[in-house]
Amino acid sequence: MNRMDRSLLELREMDTLAAGDSPVHRLHALAKLLTTVAYIIVTVSFGKYQLDGLLIMVLWPALLFSLSGIPVGTCFRKLRFVLPLVMAVGLFNPFFDRAPLLTVGGLTVSGGVVSMITLMLKGLFCLAASFLLMATTSIDDLCAALRRLHLPSILVTLLLLTYRYVGVMTEELSVMTDAYHLRAPGQRGIRFAAWGSFLGQLLLRSMDRAEELYGSMQLRGFSGNFAYAEDRRFTGRDALWLILWTAAFVLCRLYNIPGLLGRLLTGGIR
Amino acid sequence: MIRLENVSVYYTKDAPVLRNVSFTVEKGEAVGLIGANGAGKTTLMRALLGLLPHEGLITVDGTEVTPKTLPEIRRKMGFVLQNSDNQMFMPTVYEDMIFGPMNYGASREEADARVDAVLARLDLADLKHRHNHKLSGGEKRMAAIATVLAMEPEVLLMDEPTSALDPRNRRLIIRTIRELPETKLITSHDLDMIWDTCDRVIVLGRGSVAADGPAQEILQDRALLEANRLELPLRLAGPDGA
Repeated sequence: MNRMDRSLLELREMDTLAAGDSPVHRLHALAKLLTTVAYIIVTVSFGKYQLDGLLIMVLWPALLFSLSGIPVGTCFRKLRFVLPLVMAVGLFNPFFDRAPLLTVGGLTVSGGVVSMITLMLKGLFCLAASFLLMATTSIDDLCAALRRLHLPSILVTLLLLTYRYVGVMTEELSVMTDAYHLRAPGQRGIRFAAWGSFLGQLLLRSMDRAEELYGSMQLRGFSGNFAYAEDRRFTGRDALWLILWTAAFVLCRLYNIPGLLGRLLTGGIR
Repeated sequence: MIRLENVSVYYTKDAPVLRNVSFTVEKGEAVGLIGANGAGKTTLMRALLGLLPHEGLITVDGTEVTPKTLPEIRRKMGFVLQNSDNQMFMPTVYEDMIFGPMNYGASREEADARVDAVLARLDLADLKHRHNHKLSGGEKRMAAIATVLAMEPEVLLMDEPTSALDPRNRRLIIRTIRELPETKLITSHDLDMIWDTCDRVIVLGRGSVAADGPAQEILQDRALLEANRLELPLRLAGPDGA
């Protein structure tokens, strides 16, 4: 099995995760989508020094991991290429913002360090929330939810086809890589001189297959609508999930709950 | 059921892939479409389904194939692609099977009932919730046929249904095709399969109809087949082709 095959399996693992059965999987895709969007907006809106307030936002992904039965390790494994990029966003803050902000156990911590950690956590939480949405909702249900929000059909179809074509392209890449290495024993990677024709062929082959796949969808009545996907009714349970969680996120944003708890525990509030 | 009159298909202006092709397929007929590589078999099927623009007249059940009538045409004709991987694009067999019916307005209950009926008819009930990428080649081909049958088409178009299958799966597909009552148009290089499944054969040669007649008559005509870069079915030619 080459690296492409492994990537393909990982991609398909998302479909397997999304096909699971748990209280979170059973929620309507629209409820999950809107809750995730609300969570991301609230998380991103925390100020750069509001690290203590932000910490409580970890509860939501933690609860979802627990309810859906999706292992946390799977999330980190799948996000291993994106996480370092997100983490790198605030890496230079400690160099630019050196003003002392707080003292922890006699150690002075600069504003730059706090804002770096805040940015990293924001990225981590948002990625985890997006991963959980994808891992508990099939791409077709998600697209159906986006159509319910009246997003243009062409954009939603583009999203669906991009998701499908990544798999098609990876399959083609896997076959071509195998074919290359069978005739280039002992070579590591693909020779630079062959990159042009290799990529050209990959593009042409992927286009052919993508066209065939889209043709197959059209022949079975696909016209940009997702009649075959989520057709359950949006129930009171879904509405409750959305409203309660959105309200909880807003409360967490308006009140520094960890700070309040801290003061309560240390006798700050009487 | 299907009527073609002087149908031509061009990929480039000066070189038609199909030239003035005319024939009809009656309701309930099983017609084999044979020809050497590049003869235009798949192109013809794609033109029938409106996936390629054509000149001339194509009608299906009296309705002309035009961009406006495509939904109606495609509802009547189910196409089993040569590469099942391109046909099975949903995560599971079940999801793939409800895709077509629900796009054409069936309710979830109706689609579910069709899925169960088709799977029972093809003896594939155990595949229902299997993941497509975990199916074997034969299972995938059978599931691809099932996805098309779930749409309850009046005509089945099949492109190389037995290619890349082991002998057991090939026999299973042949038996399945024979038992399907729908009108069938099948392209294949497997002339033994065509012998077993079709009443009539159309030979395509260099983009036009070279012969059209009863399957066993055409498939025994060595001169005709060789003139169109084909060979006798193995059962007639023997292993050395003599």
